[in-house]
Amino acid sequence: MGPIIVVVELQNDAMSPATGELLTRARQLAQARSTRVVALGFGEAARSALAASGADDAVLVVGADPYVPTLAEAALRQMVRETSAGLVLLANTTMGMDLGAATAAAEGRPMVAYVTSLTAVEGGEFTATSQVYAGKLVAEVAVPEGSVLTVLPGSWPADDAVAGGTPVREVAVAPESAMELVRTIEPETGDVDITRADVLVSVGRGIQDPDNLELADELAEALGAVVSCSRPVVDAGWLPRARQVGKSGQTVKPKLYLALGISGAPEHLQGMKDSEIIVAVNSDPAAPIFEVAHYGATCDILELMPLLTELLGEAG
Amino acid sequence: MRIAVLVKDVPDLVEELELDESGRALAVDDLSYVPSEWDDQALEEALLLKEASGAHVSAVALDTGDIDNMLYAALAKGADRAVKLVGDYDRTMPGRQRARILADYLADAGYDLVMTGVQAVDDLDGQIAGLLGGMLGWPHASVVRDVAVGSGPVSFVQEYAGGRMAEFRSATPLVLGVQAAKKPPRYVPIARIRQVSRSATLEEVEAGAPSAESTLAVQRLYRPEAQGHATMWEGDAAEVAAALVALLDEQHLRS
Repeated sequence: MGPIIVVVELQNDAMSPATGELLTRARQLAQARSTRVVALGFGEAARSALAASGADDAVLVVGADPYVPTLAEAALRQMVRETSAGLVLLANTTMGMDLGAATAAAEGRPMVAYVTSLTAVEGGEFTATSQVYAGKLVAEVAVPEGSVLTVLPGSWPADDAVAGGTPVREVAVAPESAMELVRTIEPETGDVDITRADVLVSVGRGIQDPDNLELADELAEALGAVVSCSRPVVDAGWLPRARQVGKSGQTVKPKLYLALGISGAPEHLQGMKDSEIIVAVNSDPAAPIFEVAHYGATCDILELMPLLTELLGEAG
Repeated sequence: MRIAVLVKDVPDLVEELELDESGRALAVDDLSYVPSEWDDQALEEALLLKEASGAHVSAVALDTGDIDNMLYAALAKGADRAVKLVGDYDRTMPGRQRARILADYLADAGYDLVMTGVQAVDDLDGQIAGLLGGMLGWPHASVVRDVAVGSGPVSFVQEYAGGRMAEFRSATPLVLGVQAAKKPPRYVPIARIRQVSRSATLEEVEAGAPSAESTLAVQRLYRPEAQGHATMWEGDAAEVAAALVALLDEQHLRS
């Protein structure tokens, strides 16, 4: 089988945790299939992550920093063709969504998205599980050699330490002019930093109306907590982006995460599942949030919030 | 600027998802369907572009069954044209097959910008925007917002983890997977959709047959085996509030 290509992503100038997870599984699978791991990173910023990848071959795409989707895609496709890649692993992030499906389609390879497990099976193929229907169902699929997979971050643990010092070789890709970066935009610095709060009162679609946010604010005040939210609340313009927990927002690990009216789509769980205690209240007893929560209830959050605020006030 | 917005419907997740006898697929005939929420965002963003710059917006859908109302709704919201790609299609079609049919149609349909939802709840074999970009060889980007069009390149903002973003400019034709529109998707009353359905026409285009290209073999579809399920507090809101306060005390989390 051809090598397993892992696309390396950075977070705060270091290898992202999701990339570490991909490399860990890639090394295991490569050993099982007697093949190599190729780590592919974009631009000079990826050099140290590539050197620490523990891959058999670490490849730096020269001039591909900062990230431009078309350029990165051209480099990945070139690598997939040149190496006759046996598998291509990407994290299910923005970069993974940009490059995964397009590379699969352009190179005529199968694609599996939202992967949560990947194992080698006898006979040469692999089996993957994927979260579909917002985490309500799992699909187990046969993964033929040559497939491209985007893996949900946090799906399996990463090795703690990898022997560093992988030699990094450089490749160039043809300049890409269709798309160009205009500017990078740093995260909004909100009035509060939700990543530093001990207790988060986090609201989702179940809040129903922006007027009901007052109930969450009052509860947060009584709890000494901060209000955060899931993506739909931000998209509706009810809370600023700095308050958003999840894949495209913040990753939080508070002592208590109180999820109110949040169903628990994979993108949201990605940002809060490592909280110390998770309490979820959602009217749907089958909501995926209950799979990660420690305590749950299905009562009406609009009734619960003022009652809880009142109780805390009485006893406080 | 000619914009195609690709829309589709997906199972309504509010309802129980029943599997068919094989255990490998949904019992598609027993489910109810709703427009994919991210496609709604893409449509809204396109309609805002039309209002801002006079772009011409076409809503495009594969005729997988009972999709007329979705297209009439797009017209009622302000789309200029609704295109139904007609063929031997049904709702079990994988995304890859849908993408190939859409790509074949889009390749010479003359659109400058193709917008669709960044993802759908059922796109197991890849998101449509990326698949189309790869098939057509057009520039494309996912997790996109704040699209702007003028006489030249299209500009847009792409989101990354942790709230970081970047603004890009791209030549056309271009495919964008839209995460969120500048405003929440507009609402149109059912009466208005009915009214439009009586006066407007859906343009039917005979499209290609589904191909077996890189189809995934689903071996099993199942509800997640709970790694650990929450301990559920039964009772009304007052009882749940009392249980929560007891937990806060136990964990010394009272402020």
